[in-house]
Amino acid sequence: MSKTGSCSKRLSDRSRLFHNLQELRHSASLANKVFVQRDYSEGTTCKFQTKFPTELETRIERSLFEDTVKTLNNYYAEAEKIGGQSYLEGCLACATAYLIFLCMETRYEKVLKKIAKYIQEQNEKIYAPRGLLITDPIERGMRVIEISIYEDRGSSGSSSSSSSVSGSTTR
Amino acid sequence: CKRTPKKRKWESFPGRNKFYCNGRIMMAKQTGVFYLTLVLILATCGLFFTFDCPFLALQLTPVIPVIGGVLFLFVLGTLLRTSFSDPGVLPRATPDEAADLERQIDVANGGTGYRPPPRTKEVEINGQTVKLKYCFTCKIFRPPRASHCSLCDNCVERFDHHCPWVGNCVGRRNYRFFYMFILSLSFLTIFIFAFVITHIILRKYLRGVFPDLRSGVVVCFFSVWSIVGLSGFHTYLISSNQTTNEDIKGSWSSKRGKDNYNPYSYGNIFTNCCAALCGPLPPRYSLYLHTHRCSLRHLLYFFIHHNHPSGPAWVQQPERNASPQPWTPETTRKELCFEMFYLFVYLVGTSRRTHCHSSGPIVHVFSGRNTWRKLRRTCKLHTERPRPRIEHATFLL
Repeated sequence: MSKTGSCSKRLSDRSRLFHNLQELRHSASLANKVFVQRDYSEGTTCKFQTKFPTELETRIERSLFEDTVKTLNNYYAEAEKIGGQSYLEGCLACATAYLIFLCMETRYEKVLKKIAKYIQEQNEKIYAPRGLLITDPIERGMRVIEISIYEDRGSSGSSSSSSSVSGSTTR
Repeated sequence: CKRTPKKRKWESFPGRNKFYCNGRIMMAKQTGVFYLTLVLILATCGLFFTFDCPFLALQLTPVIPVIGGVLFLFVLGTLLRTSFSDPGVLPRATPDEAADLERQIDVANGGTGYRPPPRTKEVEINGQTVKLKYCFTCKIFRPPRASHCSLCDNCVERFDHHCPWVGNCVGRRNYRFFYMFILSLSFLTIFIFAFVITHIILRKYLRGVFPDLRSGVVVCFFSVWSIVGLSGFHTYLISSNQTTNEDIKGSWSSKRGKDNYNPYSYGNIFTNCCAALCGPLPPRYSLYLHTHRCSLRHLLYFFIHHNHPSGPAWVQQPERNASPQPWTPETTRKELCFEMFYLFVYLVGTSRRTHCHSSGPIVHVFSGRNTWRKLRRTCKLHTERPRPRIEHATFLL
């Protein structure tokens, strides 16, 4: 009995959240996107510029942003490091005619998973509470770190600059 | 938007590539010469194993066919690996990225609105000035060593050349397979050539009659010289850490200037070779491509933001008997599980024709005519489908 009671209560909670989401869709809007470009000063290794974009000045502290980018750079450097372990992996792969990658994943892929987890954690803890969102660079071909700036349309009344990528679906 | 059937990622791939086997195999558009390569290799080896090996195994040693077999399998394996793998295609810029770049270029040019000739960006790499060109097709500034392949219509990282024999571009991800292929093929052709000649001589010596192996010898002779030459050339390229593209253009030759040197070279031949052949293998960017018509994930992140105690008041918290739960990632994830599911229903109910993608497995929302069961089945399918080796950000976030 209590189960069904709590179930129906949950349903009503959910339906309320539903309507909130509906309102959310109309009032949450993507205001701008900032792109952090690659830093090629050390060659083709993956490294992003730590220069603080001016659009984020009012949103987030410089040190937090720089920490994020520096940690990401370190992760990528670890993935692309040419050393003992990568040689071993390369030779083993060559000896088994690259069939070994059917069973195990490459070191790069392992580090990419770590990076995805790190970005998710950063988004949850630091960026989402400030209305920002970092997109994993792998989704952009490792060219840029895309930071989306969200604004509460209801309170600020600012218009979104790009309507094509707003949170609304197309009909 | 129109009601679209289930679309795969590679069906919306903008380049001129062909995909097979659920996107695992990626080749160029024209593959005729690749089949010719296959036929040549198979025919020559077939003739060798059928006519020469029995005689040589009896007269000399059975190790010969074994070594031949191993070499043949290695050649075939590396050829297929080179032809079927993604060479390192760079995904095209998203509309926002392209617009941002255009804005930056306009600002740099004084905002006249008139588009000036080729856009370049100069970058200093290890002391050498390198010009990065803007690709008008892909709408990006090409990273150093990347080039646009006109046949495949893609920008490829560390572009070496487009090889018609292999039916694919040779770039960062498949250069080592290509090199292994031509190296093993040169060993194989020399091996076959040598033993066919041995066979002829032994037969003449034993029976006084020349066997009819002329066709095998002819193919071998020409292929030996061309392939051995190519292997030698690529060995030189690897040891100096250059690409065919750079070598042909003479980008790092001293003829261009006294201070011109290759900024990518590690200094010694051994390190260059190891870096090219045993370095880490980067992932396929084309697997992470997705269209972003409705960013569910962004919505949900924004929801986290608004569920945070310091969020705006208009988002009503559900009434609970206990005091409001403190916001933690764990509680939010559970919430999000439900929200995701209900968001589907909402989207299905309110927008009849919607096409949504989220990062991770492609999620399709069908028209409102579908039932709950179908939706649940779809969600289940997508979360349970075994991912080919690479999995990144979770389905929800």
